[in-house]
Amino acid sequence: MMRDLSRPILLAVSGLLAAMIVLPMGWLLVVSLTDKEGAATLANFVALFTDPTFVEPLITTLIIACSVSAICCLVAAPLGWLVARTDMPLAGIVRTLVMASLVTPPFVGAIAWEMLAAPNSGLLNQLWRLVSGMPSDEALFDIYSLTGLIFVISCYTFPYVFILVANALDRMPGELEDASSMLGAKTWQTARHVTVPLALPTLLAGALVAFLQALNLFGSPAILAIPAGFHTLTTRIWSLFQFPPKPELAAAASVPLLVLTILLLRAQAAVLGRRGYAVLGGKYGAPRPIRLGWGKGPAVALALFVLAMPLFLPYAALFNSAFSRVASRLVTPETITLHNVRFTFLELSSTMPALKNTFLLATASATLGALLALLIAYIVARKAVPGHRLLAFLATAPLAIPGIVLGVGLFLAYTRPPLALYGTLWILLIAFVTIELPAAYQQLGSAFHAVHPELEEAGRMLGATRLRTLADITAPLLRSAVIATWCFIFVATIRELSAAVILFTSETKVLSVLIFDLKESGDVGAIAVLSLSMVAITTIVIAAANRLHVRPQMRPAT
Amino acid sequence: MIRKITRRHVLAASAAATAGALVTPVRGAPPEAQKVTAELIDAARKEGKLSWYTSVDLALGEKVAAAFEAKYPGIKVKVERSGAERNYQRIGQEYQNKIYNCDVVNSSDAAHLVVWKRAGMLASYLPEEVAQHFPAAHRDPDGMFASWRITLSPLGYNTKLVKAEEAPKSYAELVDPKWAGKIVKAHPGYSGTIMTATQQLSRDLGWAWFEKLAKLKVMQVQSATEPPKKLALGERALMADGGEYVIEELRTRGEPVEIVYPTEGTPLITGPSAVMARAPNPSAARLFQAWSMTREAQQLNIDVGALRSAHSQAKDRSDMKRFADIKTLREEPGVVADQADALKAQYLKIFKV
Repeated sequence: MMRDLSRPILLAVSGLLAAMIVLPMGWLLVVSLTDKEGAATLANFVALFTDPTFVEPLITTLIIACSVSAICCLVAAPLGWLVARTDMPLAGIVRTLVMASLVTPPFVGAIAWEMLAAPNSGLLNQLWRLVSGMPSDEALFDIYSLTGLIFVISCYTFPYVFILVANALDRMPGELEDASSMLGAKTWQTARHVTVPLALPTLLAGALVAFLQALNLFGSPAILAIPAGFHTLTTRIWSLFQFPPKPELAAAASVPLLVLTILLLRAQAAVLGRRGYAVLGGKYGAPRPIRLGWGKGPAVALALFVLAMPLFLPYAALFNSAFSRVASRLVTPETITLHNVRFTFLELSSTMPALKNTFLLATASATLGALLALLIAYIVARKAVPGHRLLAFLATAPLAIPGIVLGVGLFLAYTRPPLALYGTLWILLIAFVTIELPAAYQQLGSAFHAVHPELEEAGRMLGATRLRTLADITAPLLRSAVIATWCFIFVATIRELSAAVILFTSETKVLSVLIFDLKESGDVGAIAVLSLSMVAITTIVIAAANRLHVRPQMRPAT
Repeated sequence: MIRKITRRHVLAASAAATAGALVTPVRGAPPEAQKVTAELIDAARKEGKLSWYTSVDLALGEKVAAAFEAKYPGIKVKVERSGAERNYQRIGQEYQNKIYNCDVVNSSDAAHLVVWKRAGMLASYLPEEVAQHFPAAHRDPDGMFASWRITLSPLGYNTKLVKAEEAPKSYAELVDPKWAGKIVKAHPGYSGTIMTATQQLSRDLGWAWFEKLAKLKVMQVQSATEPPKKLALGERALMADGGEYVIEELRTRGEPVEIVYPTEGTPLITGPSAVMARAPNPSAARLFQAWSMTREAQQLNIDVGALRSAHSQAKDRSDMKRFADIKTLREEPGVVADQADALKAQYLKIFKV
């Protein structure tokens, strides 16, 4: 019989986590409290709260995060319910497509929406002028505005909320709803008293994820806010790393985000902590879908309309500009050109190295990240080591730091011995795993919430070690969650821009940085080609991973 | 760690500024002009590659690289294109961490070369053709850099959106309130061209002119290569600044854009190139630097890229306005090096980004 190695392994994970997160954050804190000469000071915080070039972006950022969070819940909750609990036609396709829209990096989405809704050259505005005869200096949509930015961020944030809601509704046993209707409740009463309360914690978690996502996003604001003439906190922080860099101010500017996030996470814990939400104990029958009747048509129309925003319209614009010489003109059979494709793959000398780096990093980050998140989620959910609460906090903490600031923290931490990793792919690997850990941990953590410990306890009572129980009982039950997490990290790594933009060197350039560079010089044709290739390859990888997913989830007991 | 070295850069820069303009003190005996020898070519072939950091428009950069690769098969050029200010920050960051990726550097902010030379980051290498055909104002006395490209930052307009007779002829006419919401402009925090132009315009027109411009809901982009592209798309009717060579190239391709050289004078942008002292591929770097300054390569810059050249034998393009006929503003790289931070702060105050 193998000795129980679980304790040392669990402690090692805790140590690793501390080194990955405490080290860069520690450096940031130290730097935020130091002046240029290295003496202790609060001047950076004074500057932060008195200088209008910081206060205005802070307020703007809060407006954006609140709006995005509200919009995402309003869109994702009904859509998630339609897909998971009703007989809406095309539900499977809609679900797949919402997930697929997550493959789009937010900054690529923002660039695509520029092509669609730039006030003068935007395709939608041109179309509207053609139809309505509106004069050429007026516009229906102006993407270079606060509302434009909120809209674009929502487009690429609501899928997170959708997935959380839809998955929670999937897991919710249909028996509870059946019982309610058998006791005579009407459909809406069941929804109000059973479905909504059971889904509420997930929706709150979703609102939180959306809020934090919008708070810390860098790419979309960099593309839309700066042309519009305003900063968000992340783009302002980024501008502090222009020469000469002011990391002390940037570090100070990230502290309000950190505090806000801690408060929000505590609030979430308070909401979720009151009641147990373990709803998966043994086997349940599949939930009965709710009949929509005449509502089927409008429901599908609504779902497709929502999907047009992150998916159909932007990809149409990307395809158009990939094969046209000028992105603001519609491609016709006469004007179609392969010029951009040739330029991207044959002339652009950074394309191939960037592709190679990106996929190497994405695979490594996904594997390492999923493993780490699984272990941490297990430790926390089963309270396996003392101080597990701290571990939960650490695993969630990177969410509070804009990627760009974490990038600087890592830069400060890993440009000195013994781990001088800057200039290698390792520092990017650490950055990506650290950045994606919160989301991965939250996914697996909420999956653990749904697996009742009694199944593991049974294994433990029969003499299995902790690790063995984890491997033989918990992991198979969580198989789909683990695969989803792997895919999630893979995709998220490919899209990651804000830390990469600080940590890359010319030898370790990744695709997102390449696209961002191309954007800054206005090479939209090459951006479109690269984005489409990136999405194509990502989709193939995810499809392959999903094939693993459909295999039977639990082997029969022997 | 970042802070210490950046302070040193700033100090070095202000020292250079007090000393004068682009001309930095001579370190010793004038360097000997170097021929491209068979040994150099052999050694470069053995290295087989080089990394070229530049802020020239990407499409042109890749064409230049391809021309070099065609001339010297077996040596691959990796073009690292970003804004000059961004490249400047990155090279500083890489060098502090003893990462030496860059072989040849080209910047549209000539002040950078002054700072790098002071910091001892450049190699002394004077190609024969630079010694023979470049005027003294366009080569460093210690042979550390020479003007690989020259361009301007003119005004421009989209001919479908603005009639030629209505287009502004001067900076004064550009800030007419009727152009509100119609102007695109690049950023001095990203682009060396715009940093250089901002210094010249704030000196000659005053910041009051920028304040008037900022009231016109200007669309703010990053690179000096982007405003001409936004004009071609029809996204904005006018550009307040941007690379002359980019808008000229779009015009040549038949896009509806036209250049205006403002009556007050057009900002002049010199983009020097240098071999790094710690170039990982020193021979390939020297070969590329030498080749890029030849009449052949400089003529390619003009013919394909619509750039201007300091090479005495390079010929202006017949379809472009003669360089000598354009009134240009005076360039002061030493002052830019000294005031870069203040210029950016003032810009942020006025334009909010």
